[in-house]
Amino acid sequence: MTLHERAREQVESFLHRHFEVVKGERVPTRRTPGIVDPPDLHRYFVHPRLESPGDVEDDFVVARVMEINSQIEGAFVFSSGKNMGVFKGVGYPEQIAEYFCLDSYEGYMWTGHNRFPTNTPGWWGGAHPFNILDWTVVHNGEISSYGTNMRFLEMRGYRCTMQTDTEVLAYALDLLIRRHRLPIEIAARVLAPPLWTEIDAMEPAERRLHETLRQVYGGLLMNGPFTIIAAHDGEMIALGDRIRLRPLVAGVKGDRLYVSSEESAIWLVCPDVEATWVPVGGQPVIGRLGETPRPLAVLGYVMPVGASLDEVGVNAQ
Amino acid sequence: MKSILPPRFIVERDLDRCIQCQVCVTQCGWDVHYFDEVDQVVRSRDELCVGCHRCVAFCPTHALTIRERQLDYRRNANWTPEVLEDIYKQSEMGGIILTGMGNDKPYRNYWDNLVLNASQVTNPSIDPLREPMEMRTYLGAKPERVEIDPETMDLRTELAPQVPIEVPVMFSAMSYGAISLNAQESLARAAAAAGTMFNTGEGGLARPLYKYKDHMIAQVASGRFGVHPDYLEMARILEIKIGQGAKPGIGGHLPGEKVNEPVAATRMIPVGTDALSPAPQHDIYSIEDLAQLIHALKEATRYTKPVSVKIAAVHNVAAIASGIARAGADIIAIDGLLGSTGAAPKIIRDNVGIPIALAIAAVDTRLREEGIRNRVSIVAAGGFRNSGDVLKAIALGADAVYIATAALVALGCHVCQMCYTGRCSWGIATTRPDLSKRINPEIGAERLTNLLRGWSLEIKEMLGGMGINALESLRGNRLHLRAIGLTEAEMQVLGVKQAGM
Repeated sequence: MTLHERAREQVESFLHRHFEVVKGERVPTRRTPGIVDPPDLHRYFVHPRLESPGDVEDDFVVARVMEINSQIEGAFVFSSGKNMGVFKGVGYPEQIAEYFCLDSYEGYMWTGHNRFPTNTPGWWGGAHPFNILDWTVVHNGEISSYGTNMRFLEMRGYRCTMQTDTEVLAYALDLLIRRHRLPIEIAARVLAPPLWTEIDAMEPAERRLHETLRQVYGGLLMNGPFTIIAAHDGEMIALGDRIRLRPLVAGVKGDRLYVSSEESAIWLVCPDVEATWVPVGGQPVIGRLGETPRPLAVLGYVMPVGASLDEVGVNAQ
Repeated sequence: MKSILPPRFIVERDLDRCIQCQVCVTQCGWDVHYFDEVDQVVRSRDELCVGCHRCVAFCPTHALTIRERQLDYRRNANWTPEVLEDIYKQSEMGGIILTGMGNDKPYRNYWDNLVLNASQVTNPSIDPLREPMEMRTYLGAKPERVEIDPETMDLRTELAPQVPIEVPVMFSAMSYGAISLNAQESLARAAAAAGTMFNTGEGGLARPLYKYKDHMIAQVASGRFGVHPDYLEMARILEIKIGQGAKPGIGGHLPGEKVNEPVAATRMIPVGTDALSPAPQHDIYSIEDLAQLIHALKEATRYTKPVSVKIAAVHNVAAIASGIARAGADIIAIDGLLGSTGAAPKIIRDNVGIPIALAIAAVDTRLREEGIRNRVSIVAAGGFRNSGDVLKAIALGADAVYIATAALVALGCHVCQMCYTGRCSWGIATTRPDLSKRINPEIGAERLTNLLRGWSLEIKEMLGGMGINALESLRGNRLHLRAIGLTEAEMQVLGVKQAGM
């Protein structure tokens, strides 16, 4: 996204310097009533020109995205992944879908979000989802620990530039899952950890794991009301804060998994949903390509890491 | 030489109320009150009064009032009564003017210029009476990341030793000798009861307190008093003392008068000798030397305990802290301008060092910029008066704080600043048995535990108000602070915005 021509020129010369640009074009859009004053949106298909043999492609891309966002005035990267696209803006959801011609795209995993901009003004770059590489995050709520999370991430090379708390979630997932190679279930434990009293009562190995996670990643605990849906290549996770200050509902039909902050949304998209359930705070709902999702009963706050949904039981609707 | 120093206080006795019971006579450690055998009446010598209010607190009929004696010298903004009287004192005695407790000058107290946030509407506040509110803090070095075996999901990361505290407030270093054994035992018991730590200071650990070892931080200071293998072995945390906020750059001096038999045994020195702690540690003349001592202590205890390095907050504190982190310390304790002492030259106490708030901010920022903040815990000390100060320090970036003055006040201290004399009427800063016994460790511990409990409840209320239910989510969260009445430069160092922004 660029706000003026000069920003676009700077971005293009930046891209040519660091990437081999295979294709560059204006993002296809449709004139849509209600979409007012849209920014200039371009997309580029690129190969990174790694500078030294030690460069890792993903880290290279993250660093360049941070540079564009923090150093080129009026330019923001919405979407920086592979086999993934972010379409977002200021308007009602149906208007945005219309504007971006979403009817012309296909995908096995979709995340939608609309937001009442509360603490920060609505602007195109600040709309959800937030993205880094092929990670996207949509978020309902407010991260009261934003300052702590931001400082934790900034020490590890991320630059929080979007004026909103949701981007820390995207960066946190990138750090935990891509850079630190933690399984998604473990990453969920970091963002919404069990209480110390619960950790104290765990079996020794489990306890040591959770203690270590909180000790090392305390700065990534997402405190305050939130429900998030984070998705990346082949995998989607929904997670609510540990004291359930924001709602989260899940549903299944066949091999499809639905997660939403409102049950009505699931019924609207899938009128014959087979089962729905409300996960407890801090308990992740994970959908994976190739796995059949199962409903999950609520037995207690802590679900053992790595436990299959079967082990926890089935909740018939 | 006749002293021309005027008395500082006036002792007023309401003769209608006084019942001549002589409690004031027995309670005063300063011989102010006496029974006039001739007239059969209690009288007082104002010039000896230090304003400690022991007599006021114990007078059964509330007959006593202590007033500061405000002499009307010719008004002068520079030659104030304090300046004149200090000169009279030095011209009579020669030498350095000693004092106790912390800096009493009106330097800007940054906690009074910072305000905390609270939630309204968009993020709900949390009620600590209904919801869990977590304050547990682990002190020690944290690694860069956690490693999990992707196949077995087993934890591969082994952490350096971590020490948990259930409330982010610990009792700062106060040695046996500087304070009475009963006062130290009160601290030790309270630390055990509240799930926090007390610090031995540079006086070793007296045998009767060995049972509190699980809550003990063992200090290793320049005099090495009381340092022996068992002492190191018993401690949960080892602390190398480089400096102290009340007297940066100088050593310590426990006068021989306070070194009675048990103090001498604990410190491993002869009875009645002055315990002199040199200004520098004589084996530390560089950061490499510090690294050696840190590792020597770790080797001696087989890497089972975090090692803390305590420094005074001075101009270059951020760079010094960075060096300490790289030298292998697990904890950096920083003691600010308002830090207290049992004895220090007044000129140093009142003029050397920087405020703790600025030091916390500078150190936390610097360690983050260098990407090594995770390698150390930061413990801040020096003048924390209430839970508001504590929480603001944590929001600036401290992991926990040390309190000393506040703890002694809980034991009855009235901050009369006479600790160095050993005549403390409250039984705190003394080793005289008749005075020390005034502190009952059981009651002392109860008072301290009550204080920590009160602060904990307040911290939970404030955290809940901010919509946060774990202390770690406020640590370094400077967005929850705003400044009032500070300059641009001050706000820049503190990393906080002006209130209203």
